[in-house]
Amino acid sequence: MKLKQFKIGGVHPKENKLSSAQATIALPQDATVTIHLGQHLGAPATPIVKKGDAVKVGTKIAEPSGFISANIHSSVSGTVDKIDDVVDASGYKRKAVLIKVDGDEWEENIDRTGDLSKTITLSKEEIIERVKECGIVGLGGATFPTHVKLMVPAGKTAETIVVNAVECEPYLTSDHRVMLEKTHEIMIGCQIVMKATSAPKTIIGIEANKPDAIKLMSSIAKEYSGIEIAPLKVQYPQGGEKQLLNAILGKDVPPGKLPIELGAVVINVGTVAAIYEAVQKNKPLFERVITVTGKDISKPSNFLVRVGTSISSIIEAAGGIPESTGKIINGGPMMGKSLTTPNAAATKGTSGILLMTESDAIRKEEQNCIRCGKCITACAMGLEPHLLSKMARIGKHEELEKEFIMDCIECGSCSYICPSSRPLLDYIRVGKAETGKLIRERNK
Amino acid sequence: MKLLTISPSPHIQSNESTQRIMLDVLIALVPAFIISILFFGLGALKVVLTAAIACVLFEALIQKFLLKTKIQVMDGSALLTGVLLAFNLPAGYPIWMTLVGSLVAVGIAKLSFGGLGQNPFNPALVGRVFLLISFPVATTLWPKPALLQLTTDGTTGATILGLLKEGVSAGVPVSQILGTTGLTDLFMGQMGGSLGEISTLALLLGGVYLLYRRVITWHIPLSFLLSVFVLSGIFWMVNPEMYAPPFFHLVTGGVMLGALFMATDMVTSPMSNSGQILFGIGCGILTILIRVFGVYPEGVSFAILIMNAVVPLIDKFLKPKRYGR
Repeated sequence: MKLKQFKIGGVHPKENKLSSAQATIALPQDATVTIHLGQHLGAPATPIVKKGDAVKVGTKIAEPSGFISANIHSSVSGTVDKIDDVVDASGYKRKAVLIKVDGDEWEENIDRTGDLSKTITLSKEEIIERVKECGIVGLGGATFPTHVKLMVPAGKTAETIVVNAVECEPYLTSDHRVMLEKTHEIMIGCQIVMKATSAPKTIIGIEANKPDAIKLMSSIAKEYSGIEIAPLKVQYPQGGEKQLLNAILGKDVPPGKLPIELGAVVINVGTVAAIYEAVQKNKPLFERVITVTGKDISKPSNFLVRVGTSISSIIEAAGGIPESTGKIINGGPMMGKSLTTPNAAATKGTSGILLMTESDAIRKEEQNCIRCGKCITACAMGLEPHLLSKMARIGKHEELEKEFIMDCIECGSCSYICPSSRPLLDYIRVGKAETGKLIRERNK
Repeated sequence: MKLLTISPSPHIQSNESTQRIMLDVLIALVPAFIISILFFGLGALKVVLTAAIACVLFEALIQKFLLKTKIQVMDGSALLTGVLLAFNLPAGYPIWMTLVGSLVAVGIAKLSFGGLGQNPFNPALVGRVFLLISFPVATTLWPKPALLQLTTDGTTGATILGLLKEGVSAGVPVSQILGTTGLTDLFMGQMGGSLGEISTLALLLGGVYLLYRRVITWHIPLSFLLSVFVLSGIFWMVNPEMYAPPFFHLVTGGVMLGALFMATDMVTSPMSNSGQILFGIGCGILTILIRVFGVYPEGVSFAILIMNAVVPLIDKFLKPKRYGR
């Protein structure tokens, strides 16, 4: 079997998929959930409930406040306790709806049966409307509102749906489990997306470290038309949209453009399953699969978690925070964000929780750059991280723009590979922020 | 509650380290070191030990007392500079001159530019060329190699490249100068020269190890060797009685040591693959031009140092392949 892969850069960190054999377990609910209003890319949603309101599972509690925004639904049944500023996973106080849980009563229009619903009755426009109504956002981590992605811009045509089932981050296994457990749902989800975008075919990219998923998905894809599986050689950051398109279609997305330039729409595999549930089952996005993992954690697990559940409760269910823990990461080790407190609430974008040991949590001491060029070889965008970080350090923002700093996808491969343990990406981020300011000033 | 570490991503680091890279290069030099002991005995050991210890010591002393910075000799780069400097000197070289060369290499060529990673020129080669220019006689006294001798017996001779230069300028045909010198002897290391450069075979072994460990890539060595081969081949085809054959140029002098270990020094070579190829070609062409038209019989050290000076320009203009551009 010929494995595809992206052509520029890449690294291969130890995979550490400790929880890949653990079937997804539904996590019991907390007594109170904290549902943040800004848990998607774009403007935070506006609450439409107030203190004391009774809500059910799936009741809409907030509406979009802009074009790039998304509906938010209650993940539990109970009463709204308050709407307040609460510290979220990024460490900032952000507006959230706190709901006291009482029972588990769902909205009546949600189809809770496990029956597979294969016939797609909704029209193209109705599908997009339903996806929007159900508050579906990208579950890979970027949480871009999915209905916006499904609306193909005028003058462009979607030729290929590329489903991102790469899960290239070490440790994370939630997408892997979804593929094994919701295979048919994913296939029907693909057909829904094809109908919504009028794309004739779907290619699902899966890395070779998930052979069971490749096998199962390939055999079930045969029952559906227009869907093929592309096995990929394990290489980080293959789950990056640009890298995935290079691997699967062999084409690069032009700078500053979207995948639709190549006739492609890229959607995460978990999102595809959520689209199935929204369109066929009328189920809003209020729960997702989250991996809880780490070298010292007693039971690395995959949980089906209601949005708003405290991260500490999720860790508790996997055996609690080990004594050795030095860092808790929301997401994977390459691009995840370290948490200031385990009491933050899980959101639609929480794909995993990684507990790192104290010794792993501390960076090695920075040494002089020996110009080995490994950061250049690793950079998936073909940039020169050592140069960008040096220029960012001394504030050469105009030069940084000419060296294409804005192309950086912040995958972290450069900092990961550097033999001198230099914090390359830290400085590049600073440089990007300043160069971005410069560009915006100029375009005013 | 215990405090958690907060830091930006990525949260994991590879096992790569500068120390490991330096160690790998030292490991790769072991076969050539063994050959030098086999052919030159204690005379080789003396120079290698002196240069290695001196470079480490000088770096530590300068960092502690002159620069008043942290002592960084544990990164292994000073040790490597010392060994490489020794490899570019004749066996039995006077100890005091070795000390001078070490001081120039570490003190002037490396630390005065800011230390590891900041030096534009290869420190070992700067040390070597400094000695060559300052003490031209001592630095070109080549002990005769003989298998399993304890110390060199004091007889010295010109290198085969030296004989070639002398002979050609006196109008002697190349075939007569080279006479019965077999390529196999040259390949194994049975010839006069700097103590670390003589055995092409041993150096190639080390080179393969460096390629396997991904400390170096093929770009610099291959383009260096290929351009030496092609350019000397062109001369040879024009007049085989005036110019030595291309294989001869590959296995003599410092070409192999230079292409595999000196030109590939990360600090002083270009970073993009295309830049490295251009750099290698430049080294190869300059080497042959110096050998054929220069005053010196050998040109590898000068060729690499000249190309070192061009590296910032190469890095500015030859960029890696960008995504989507």
